[in-house]
Amino acid sequence: MGEFFTLSVLVATAASAIRLATPYLLASLGETVGQRSGVLNLGVDGVMLLSAFFSYWTVLETGNLWLAVLVGLVVGLVMGLLYGVITVFLNATQGISGIGIFIFGLGLSDLLFRQLVGTPKPVRRLPNVDIPLLSDIPHLGEALFQRNLLTYLAFLLVPVTALLLTRTTFGLNIRSVGDNPQAADSLGVSVERTRFVAILIGNSMAGLAGAALVLQLGIFQPNLTQGLGFIAVALVYFGAWRPIGVMGGALLYGFVNATVLQWKALGIIPVSGSDLANMAPAVLTILALIVVARRVHAPSALTKPFTRH
Amino acid sequence: MLNLVMVQFMNFLLRGPLIDPFELEAGTRIPQTQRLSDNATLPTLLDGTRLHIGVPVAICAAVGAYLILWRTPTGFRLRAVGYSPEAARAAGISVKRNITLAMTLSGSLGGIAGAILVFGSEGQRMVTDGSAAGFTGSAGFNGIVAALFGGLHPLWTIPSAMLFGALLTGATQLQRVLQVPAALAVALNGIIVIFVISSTPVRGWLQRSLADSGLFNRSSDTAGMD
Repeated sequence: MGEFFTLSVLVATAASAIRLATPYLLASLGETVGQRSGVLNLGVDGVMLLSAFFSYWTVLETGNLWLAVLVGLVVGLVMGLLYGVITVFLNATQGISGIGIFIFGLGLSDLLFRQLVGTPKPVRRLPNVDIPLLSDIPHLGEALFQRNLLTYLAFLLVPVTALLLTRTTFGLNIRSVGDNPQAADSLGVSVERTRFVAILIGNSMAGLAGAALVLQLGIFQPNLTQGLGFIAVALVYFGAWRPIGVMGGALLYGFVNATVLQWKALGIIPVSGSDLANMAPAVLTILALIVVARRVHAPSALTKPFTRH
Repeated sequence: MLNLVMVQFMNFLLRGPLIDPFELEAGTRIPQTQRLSDNATLPTLLDGTRLHIGVPVAICAAVGAYLILWRTPTGFRLRAVGYSPEAARAAGISVKRNITLAMTLSGSLGGIAGAILVFGSEGQRMVTDGSAAGFTGSAGFNGIVAALFGGLHPLWTIPSAMLFGALLTGATQLQRVLQVPAALAVALNGIIVIFVISSTPVRGWLQRSLADSGLFNRSSDTAGMD
């Protein structure tokens, strides 16, 4: 245990925690926007798998990382269009259409991977970019300000999403169609259009999350996410539908994951217990959810399709 | 979330306490249990096939679920809570107790499904590839799909489950013969869910326009489907 509490190991753990938190944060922020408008999207995992595959494939074929990020974003957007049409315009049950999107993404990414790539080949990862001055702070700078651009973007999106939701007309529209669509509708806010745009934003961010995941790992395999998207949905509840809370959840998840990895590497957790240790992040999140569930309210119209009477 | 937890727990068991001692001796350490004794094989119904007793067990479970849900007061309360928790509460039905009961019942059925998967499997043992899908090959998620396709009615899940069983077996066969990845079936499952779910409003429009045209005088035949 002693060797964990050395400065270099702690800094490395913090750095890896922030890296691991990035895909969770991007996906959860997107899900937050969607849920605030009253739309639950359980398909995040499937969207992430598809965008991760297409990003990976783009790097493999062109070697261009930024094109790959863009491709991830566009795949998310396209899946958002699909999900939006199903849930907003066809009024389908949200929970189950999300599961449908998940299974579709799981199968299609697996299928395309086997047909187009076959055996996993490593690709270039996102390079770390030092922020001038800040990265020179001893230890802290190394942990926080020598990360990749998608990580910076994810954390930058926390205040941006918070401001969007609380300080803009569009954000007010999102919250009103999520809490009381009838009232919003009677005041001339288009429930359909607002929800549709919120879904597009949410899914694009899920697409970015998939790109971040695969470009940080530098390799793709079938079912790469291993349920990460579902955790991202849970983190929205954990963060009480507020971007800052969601960031707390994503960081907690990242830290527990990074600590477990570090302890395994240092032999603090024996090999035989490593599967048990893998349970830790999910168990912690469930416990936190039980505690959190007592004090916050979900958007009132969450999962309820809107029909004008 | 609990799914992830339990899969990891199962991986732990298969790599640790439950691992086949032979794997430890040979040093190969494939995470799998010992073969079950031949006494534990599910009896087959037809000689020369692998059609085992699990099939009638599943059909009985479906009929049982139908009887409980539609022919008993307990089932009525369960459906009432699902249809409108507020109305059920107003009528003096405990929402929490019924949700717990529903979870317990569905958990038990899931347990039977898992047991049939192990005892009826070709290898007579549990294996894991260490992935999040675990040993079932996400049979649980396919179960959700089959239930939906059957309109969430226990009796309709019988043909629906048969259809998906055929689809999955067919996909494995396709992979063997034509080298088409079996993942195709998974993607198809997803598309089926999306289509079935989005067809509900379309069905509503069709019924309304058919009713307006006066050709058919049947009202809704989708009782219990929502």
